[in-house]
Amino acid sequence: MLTVKDVAKSFGGFRALNGCGLEVRPGTITGIIGPNGAGKSTLFNIIGGLFPPDQGVVELEGRSIAGVRPDKLAGLGLVRTFQISRELGELTVLENMLLAGQGQSGEQAWANFLRWGLVREQEARTLAKARALLERVDLWHLANDPARNLSGGQKKLLEISRALMLDPKIILLDEPTAGVSPLMSRALTKAISTLRDDGITFAIIEHDMDMIAEICNPIYVLAEGRTLTSGSFAEVTANEDVMKAYLGKVAA
Amino acid sequence: MISFIILMSIVICFSAVLALALNFQWGSGGMVNFGLAGFYALGAYACALLMLKGGFNTFFATLGAMAIVAVACGLVAIVTLRVTEEDYFAIVTLGVGEMLRLVALNEDWLTKGALGLSGIERPFNDWVAPTSYSYVMLGFCALMVAATVWFLNKLARSPFGRVVRAVREDDVVAATLGKHVLWARIRIFAIGGALIGLAGSLHAFYYQYIDPTQFSNIVIAYAFMAVIAGGRGAYLGTILGASIVMVLLEGSRFAKDLIPSLSSDQLAAIRIIIIGVGLIALLIYRPQGFLREYRLQANLSGSKQQSP
Ligand SMILES: Nc1ncnc2c1ncn2[C@@H]1O[C@H](COP(=O)(O)OP(=O)(O)OP(=O)(O)O)[C@@H](O)[C@H]1O
Ligand SMILES: [Mg+2]
Repeated sequence: MLTVKDVAKSFGGFRALNGCGLEVRPGTITGIIGPNGAGKSTLFNIIGGLFPPDQGVVELEGRSIAGVRPDKLAGLGLVRTFQISRELGELTVLENMLLAGQGQSGEQAWANFLRWGLVREQEARTLAKARALLERVDLWHLANDPARNLSGGQKKLLEISRALMLDPKIILLDEPTAGVSPLMSRALTKAISTLRDDGITFAIIEHDMDMIAEICNPIYVLAEGRTLTSGSFAEVTANEDVMKAYLGKVAA
Repeated sequence: MISFIILMSIVICFSAVLALALNFQWGSGGMVNFGLAGFYALGAYACALLMLKGGFNTFFATLGAMAIVAVACGLVAIVTLRVTEEDYFAIVTLGVGEMLRLVALNEDWLTKGALGLSGIERPFNDWVAPTSYSYVMLGFCALMVAATVWFLNKLARSPFGRVVRAVREDDVVAATLGKHVLWARIRIFAIGGALIGLAGSLHAFYYQYIDPTQFSNIVIAYAFMAVIAGGRGAYLGTILGASIVMVLLEGSRFAKDLIPSLSSDQLAAIRIIIIGVGLIALLIYRPQGFLREYRLQANLSGSKQQSP
């Protein structure tokens, strides 16, 4: 579904990615792990259209998406979350959710004056959907608060819920459980695997090995900008290079 | 005195429309407009010229001025935001605004340069006696303010309004959620432009004579003050903010009556000082402005139905 081959990206003289590749098959939850600074988030930024790769192939369902704008990607069914939550702080939690609804006629300014019946009807539907998603992560009671007032973990949950508002085919999650309580983390892990069963494909960057072990297969290991290896959790953890990459980084 | 208050209220009204335009572009949409004075001049000149040279009546001249400024603003947004980072946008607006003012000053064949344009017709002029005209003008201007606030509030509560604020808060997130950021910004700037055109037209109607000195860059500072005082994104607040700024500005004329020895240069300086002190006091005591931006407050306890 999502294919990345030989992607390279430099920032100034620094090679953040160099020969990085992975393949996310439909209906899987693909895990991406690796030491800090391995280039995982940079890879998501490239896939997500924040900046194009210097070289390499990025394809979504066989179609090149290298350098395609994020809003176009959303239209193709790809949405991502950010490692450091990017909530729209001055908007309420609910408004953050409603914004993510697709195909809203009311986003044309004139439609709010000339086709307000239609806009109202769509708005009610978007709201019902947002409410169901917020209730699921226990944020509905905060729906009217400005999003900047949420706690770190709640912001993460909001961001994931907001991504789900788009009814995406594939979601890229950058450390979804960072800062989320163990209890909510477990619930989130369950929710993600349910959503996978409903047909949504995931690629997840995570440092939480419990989550990786439980739901991710295959798992790709990135280190120093390249794909080191991939396979099931057992295969990956048995690989000596992987241990070296993690430990070597710590030792250095 | 009564007539002074009425005239001043008219000035407050069209200043409020101008400040509301800025509040939409910058307050809600996050697009700094340092060319406000130039676009304001464009609106006033377009309205005047459409009547003087084009033979249009006041109604169509106003619509024309709104369309012209909207297109000008939209073009500035398209051209600038396509080729550069948004950081440069403010500088470009400054340049374009200055250019528009220079055109008004130097293109004598069109604008009569420093002489200015006189003999500008007013709306409803034929229908009312000259003695009561200022009441009609005030009513008309107040209606335009009310219509502008109604229009902007309606937008703020709509899905489009959400996109506008989202683009201000974080354009990358807006794009990630499927919003066309450039197109949103073009529309924000153009809609604001239409309102600037309206303000410029009212200005032209009120003074019946326009020249380039009326559109100096200090206008931009006043407009920003009105918006900041009223609260970014809070349209009713802008009316309050514009009233305060104009009362301070015009009120300082009374200083001449209190201290007759003041020269007009000193008076001009005192006006600026009063405004400056007022702004500092505001930033200390109420930095967020008088009113707050609209926020959706849904009924959380009810069933899955709720009113927008
Ligand atoms: N915009 C940028 N400009 C310059 N350097 C960058 C930029 N983005 C990332 N880098 C560098 O690229 C390298 C990889 O960063 P990246 O954020 O992709 O790591 P990561 O694998 O996500 O790490 P972590 O697990 O800590 O989140 C880092 O050394 C970082 O400093
Ligand atoms: Mg990262």
